[in-house]
Amino acid sequence: MQLTLWTYEGPPHVGAMRIAASMRGVHYVLHAPQGDTYADLLFTMIERRGQRPPVTYTTFQARDLGGDTAELVKRHVREAVDRFQPDALLVGESCTAELIQDQPGALAQGMGLTMPVVNLELPAYSKKENWGAAETFYQLVRNLLKTQVPTEVEHDPKSWQNQGRRPRGTLRGPSLLGGRCRDDVLEVQKLLTMHGIDVGVVAPLEAGIDDLKRIPDADLNVCLYPEIAESTCSWLERNFGMPFSRTVPIGVGATHDFLVEVHSLLGLESPAPDEGYRRSRLPWYSESVDSTYLTGKRVFIFGDGTHALAAARICSEELGFTVVGLGTYSREMARPVRAAAKALGLEALICDDYLAVEAAMEEAAPELVLGTQMERHSAKRLGIPCAVISTPMHVQDVPARMSPQMGWEGANVIFDDWVHPLMMGLEEHLIGMFRHDFEFVDGHQSHLGHTGGAGAADHSGLSDIPEKGDGALHWTEDGEAELKKIPFFVRGKVRRNTEAYARDVGCREISSETLYDAKAHFKA
Amino acid sequence: MAGPTLLKESGPREVFCGLTSIVWLHRRMPDAFFLVVGSRTCAHLIQSAAGVMIFAEPRFGTAILSERDLAGLADAHDELDRVCKELLQRRPEIRTLFLVGSCPSEVIKLDLARAAERLNDELVGRVRVVNYSGSGIETTFTQGEDGALAALVPLLPASDERQLLMVGTLADAVEDRLTHLFKRIGIETISSLPPRQSTDLPAVGTGTTVLLTQPFLTETARLLRDRGATVLTAPFPLGAEGSRRWMEAAAAAFHLPDERVATVLDPLMDRARSALAPHRAVLEGKRIFLLPESQLELPLARFLQRECGMELVEVGTPYLNREQMAAELALLPDDTPVMEGQHVEQQLDRVRASQPDLVVCGMGLANPLEAEGIATKWSIELVFSPIHGIDQAGDLAELFSRPLRRRQLIRPGLHPSSPDHPVHA
Repeated sequence: MQLTLWTYEGPPHVGAMRIAASMRGVHYVLHAPQGDTYADLLFTMIERRGQRPPVTYTTFQARDLGGDTAELVKRHVREAVDRFQPDALLVGESCTAELIQDQPGALAQGMGLTMPVVNLELPAYSKKENWGAAETFYQLVRNLLKTQVPTEVEHDPKSWQNQGRRPRGTLRGPSLLGGRCRDDVLEVQKLLTMHGIDVGVVAPLEAGIDDLKRIPDADLNVCLYPEIAESTCSWLERNFGMPFSRTVPIGVGATHDFLVEVHSLLGLESPAPDEGYRRSRLPWYSESVDSTYLTGKRVFIFGDGTHALAAARICSEELGFTVVGLGTYSREMARPVRAAAKALGLEALICDDYLAVEAAMEEAAPELVLGTQMERHSAKRLGIPCAVISTPMHVQDVPARMSPQMGWEGANVIFDDWVHPLMMGLEEHLIGMFRHDFEFVDGHQSHLGHTGGAGAADHSGLSDIPEKGDGALHWTEDGEAELKKIPFFVRGKVRRNTEAYARDVGCREISSETLYDAKAHFKA
Repeated sequence: MAGPTLLKESGPREVFCGLTSIVWLHRRMPDAFFLVVGSRTCAHLIQSAAGVMIFAEPRFGTAILSERDLAGLADAHDELDRVCKELLQRRPEIRTLFLVGSCPSEVIKLDLARAAERLNDELVGRVRVVNYSGSGIETTFTQGEDGALAALVPLLPASDERQLLMVGTLADAVEDRLTHLFKRIGIETISSLPPRQSTDLPAVGTGTTVLLTQPFLTETARLLRDRGATVLTAPFPLGAEGSRRWMEAAAAAFHLPDERVATVLDPLMDRARSALAPHRAVLEGKRIFLLPESQLELPLARFLQRECGMELVEVGTPYLNREQMAAELALLPDDTPVMEGQHVEQQLDRVRASQPDLVVCGMGLANPLEAEGIATKWSIELVFSPIHGIDQAGDLAELFSRPLRRRQLIRPGLHPSSPDHPVHA
């Protein structure tokens, strides 16, 4: 039994829903009690979908448990098939149904349905959402393709060269509620097309059953989200000999490595090493003088495996940050995350307790947090800027604008999203310079009222208003007049220095003379 | 016989389970903690229903059962004790701990009453532990509040003092306002269940007259009757008319003169009428379809039909307690279809066929209907918003007129003409 306040991942059947809802022509009959239908709102509210997820819930109640729940399952399967006429049917159960052991998948398989029926067994008490999505995608692909598995594997990813056509890749892993998948797909399609590589089937997002059957026609699988697609890609590699790319193209370096990997698998000549510099603004923006202030910014990273790993690489190699914490809630990705952390001289945090993550964050004292929505709230409590890099998703993580994480444009988006929460370089210097000016003094209201200027709130503690109980010092009229001649942005400092000097020398009255004495004292 | 047409259907349902009510209950009693004993699904449900993320450490959580707990029950009890102690150590300000049963805990027959009793013995004087079920196999959405309040009834001190007890969660401001009005019409002692502090429980006894603020508190009402209280039957305090009749029922039970009640309430009614007028102008003649979810559907339908001039296409309700709803049913127009239970697919077929101007439904269904060109209102919003009382009638109407006004504001050309192919699927 584990005490859980917020959770990073839902149960595995929500992962299965993500696959079903991502695809066309797939319907999911879920043996689940009344109430489990809440999961629909993840799609209709968070992803803002204008269509219900293709799920029929048996919504059994206590009074059904005394009767024949198996018959209830069959009735719902029959109704769902009649009404939705899917090309493939997924049948599974949620946590409660798992306990009553009706085996809905087997029941449905025995009903003589004409479409493929996939029996999903997703252990709800030991596995979680991403695992459920990966398993569902794998079971679906395996069920549809197992009859096509060749006896002898003779797939040649370079065969396009002899067939008078362009090389063809397929994209594996984008799904609903998986992050910026919608835009990542467009960006990776653009990237590959630019390099003369056709993109065939994209799955599961927007794919139909016939599309899945065409997967082996491609030369190579591109695994974009290993959490969702690695098991499927491995199975296709073992059984069809289709190689798959392992580099996830997030960040300029990784996008380059991804292109090199894909080109090499397809027998193409590697792309020019400076392509990233030409196609993405991240490298130049990071080199530009304004970014000097980014140097060594302490960053704490936590998210799913894929995005945490990508963030660690971008921070350390492309933005000149210092990674002071790295972790993931994806236990399936623990190994690579541990290795990446070790390479950065850190110990990885593999954990799904958000309070432990918050404690680690506080301990690491970062200047920027890259995390999930949970870390965003923790960072807010600790007063640390934060950018969201990973699921679980919030409606804010589905922006109306194109906003990929992958490819050259993704790197641009990342630069903006991660750097903007920090103060811009010159802006930071200016605020430091002007912080004693009256606009920044405690109690001053911005034009926007209480919500106004960051400087107003953040720097109020540094105001130059004399501390209470400091009445022992007195500025003469001529002293005040002299002080006013000093440029306002250094006035506060001069006032403080002069008062410190006066206290040191035991002078209670500060005239213009004292001010000049102090100036000479500090210059000396 | 004249009156609404009572119908029933069954099939797949699209409703929340009783755990969802924790989302508003925990806000009412800041010194209480709601610990669901359940699965990852339960934790995910509350998190999602709560608008995904609430700041700060929440006062609800889930003790997630694992394979190990399912293996042997004795083990599960030890584990639950450990989790509760861990929690209370972290949250020393908690005075009442609700152990909330879920579908999995009910199915494996984990005895939470026994667990509560055991923990109570250990924590006596520090924290009170009570239990109820919010499981989807037994409760629908707002019924969870009924369970939580019913669990508190045995703890209420006994007193036969003459008093009015308002039962059901109200927004603090609304509670203050209603209390103030009851005092003005001459009721001296008024208390509330749930109270604002979980330790500040109201007394109950033969002098207690109970007014239910919400229509979903059947079990709580029964237990209060067993404690000697009189539970009044009246329309529920939604809309000016319902709220007035609700208050008048209390006034009659306290034998207060009609003139005094009228002196206090008449000006309020006039004000409510003018507050309602602009919304009535939008809503009058419009057709509304209420899908079953919050159990507020009947009183809302009555308000929207009688005070806003709307036409009722169908009024869904998750379950129908005819006795408790008698006053509401009597106020609905003859032949209004009142559908108890749900077959969500068939019900949506009827929605599409009848093309209503507005549909009240759950969050899972709202955007898909909007994409088909049908305006919606979330039913969950109605349990979060301060809508009770004569003074709130205008605000309540506004919740329904806003989606329609919005449709008039946004250029219709932005939406494709064919509703058969939603573009944002």
